[in-house]
Amino acid sequence: MTSVTSKPVRRPAGRRTGVTDPGGRRAGVSEPGGRWALVFVAPAVLGLAALYLWPFLSTFTKSFQDVPAFGPATFVGLDNYRALLSDEEFWKAFRNSALYTAIILLGIPVAVVLAALVEQVGRGRAVYRVLFFLPVVTLPVAIGMVWRFIYNGDFGLLNTVLSWFGVPAQFWVADARFTVYAFGVVGIWMSLGINMIILGAGLQAIPKALYEASSLDGAGRIRQFVHITVPLLTPSIFFVTILSVIAALQMFDLIFVMLRGVNNTALADSKTIVYLFYEKAFVQFHQGYGAAIAIVLLLVIMIATALQFRLQRSWVFYG
Amino acid sequence: MAELVRGRARRRRGAAPRTWPIHVVLTVAAVIMVVPFAWQILTMFKTTAEATRIPPTVLPEAFSTRAFATFFSTVPFWSMFAVSVGALVLRVAGQLAVAALAGYAFARIPFRGRNALFGLFIGMLMVPSQLFLIGQYDLMKGLALLDTLPALAIPGMFSAFGTFLMRQAFLTMPKDYEEAARLDGANTLQVFWYVMLPMARPTLAALSVLTGLYSWNDLLWPLIVSPSGENRPLPVGLAGLQGQFGTDYPTLMAGAFVCSIPLVIVFLVMQRQFFAGIASSGLKG
Repeated sequence: MTSVTSKPVRRPAGRRTGVTDPGGRRAGVSEPGGRWALVFVAPAVLGLAALYLWPFLSTFTKSFQDVPAFGPATFVGLDNYRALLSDEEFWKAFRNSALYTAIILLGIPVAVVLAALVEQVGRGRAVYRVLFFLPVVTLPVAIGMVWRFIYNGDFGLLNTVLSWFGVPAQFWVADARFTVYAFGVVGIWMSLGINMIILGAGLQAIPKALYEASSLDGAGRIRQFVHITVPLLTPSIFFVTILSVIAALQMFDLIFVMLRGVNNTALADSKTIVYLFYEKAFVQFHQGYGAAIAIVLLLVIMIATALQFRLQRSWVFYG
Repeated sequence: MAELVRGRARRRRGAAPRTWPIHVVLTVAAVIMVVPFAWQILTMFKTTAEATRIPPTVLPEAFSTRAFATFFSTVPFWSMFAVSVGALVLRVAGQLAVAALAGYAFARIPFRGRNALFGLFIGMLMVPSQLFLIGQYDLMKGLALLDTLPALAIPGMFSAFGTFLMRQAFLTMPKDYEEAARLDGANTLQVFWYVMLPMARPTLAALSVLTGLYSWNDLLWPLIVSPSGENRPLPVGLAGLQGQFGTDYPTLMAGAFVCSIPLVIVFLVMQRQFFAGIASSGLKG
């Protein structure tokens, strides 16, 4: 440490003899930063103010207004929220989003097991990681199109495979009883790669000595997984859960690609909160109503996240 | 002791062949991951009639590239591709510049109100992106930027998340280099450019990958901001195919393949940066 700090002290001494260096003048390490700070921070602050802070406040304001496509907005108090809460369409979307989120959470144990298994593999680990990650780097729109074909009720691959087991054909993305589950399966499939990478980083932080000690005590792989891996991984699992819930509550792409078009009557009963927001604010241009949906979405995400932080005390282990 | 070592060696020798059950489980899972892609690739070489036959054929009977011809002759792929790449480059370059500068100031230059300002950034970080869309749309419309490339890229150039990530990176760097450069007469901008930025290269790479991935995949914002359909990036154009081709599944699968493959190739080349980027932060939202 001392050798590192002593070096810079020696160098300017040599420099200062070089006369022309203007650095000698302001050699003080504690150059006042105010001026530079302004220069450095200005682009980010101006951009965030104009493109995020102002839009946020605008959404907030508009949620209390009636905003026609043309002409001035009028203040309507809580009317948008009142309409929203008595709108069966909104509650349907809320239930769909909640159900989708719950299904997505089922993918986390799968990701934990697979991540732990990949970590055990020596040769071939890179291949597995790449294969599980492929859906993450594939356009979600393309994924939606491929799964829409697989789910097709008349000639989809899924029905063919299920028919081998005697399961009757179903219209997975044209029958509102199944659509959200169909999205859920794709959602799990899509996010497995991301979750496994985040969990993999957590797995590598677990001290190897713990495994060695326990295997000396005769613990098998499964016992090690249950008693060492899972407890020590809970902070990573918690992080993945938080991210997954936030992302799931914002689901939009799959429903847009898999249900729209050709008189699909299932769309009306399968909308998610964000799809409803898109439709109200940007297709029908009811910005006030759309803004109220967005504010409710924010509240839902905040409550869901706060709830998880409350619950973590009972299951997350900080060693 | 010797006994212990021998026992351990035996156990290890005994454990070695037991990796095959792991490989079996992982292979089954990997096959499930890959089946949709395999089905897509098989389908795009079939004729429309074969693709909708019951029961389906696995391998294409007559290997046909007609779907690609149809796709490229009806869809302006290259202009959509150019829009996607252009938006990505603008967005990544802009975000790296803005976030690195601000992140450095938040980490290293003390100024009045710094903590309050940073708190505001963190607050923004927690707000889902949908809350900004209406205002951002109004802004782009007001600036007459709808249906242009800048509209696609500008909001994504500014990011509380990017600033946060860069700040964390700069915070972990030793102060000694900075002080040394300062004593050599470097001003703040020079210290930032010549000393700190090169050390932040891994974080810059991670941020580039995350931002690029998000820009490339995003559907909702481009959908909102390109109402006329001019200057649409790949996801918007691809989503439009669905209505255009209806049940011509080979063409739909070929289009989905062609539009996805550029980023897949980039990923295969830059795997390490992708994994590091995701691990450092977690994507989503």
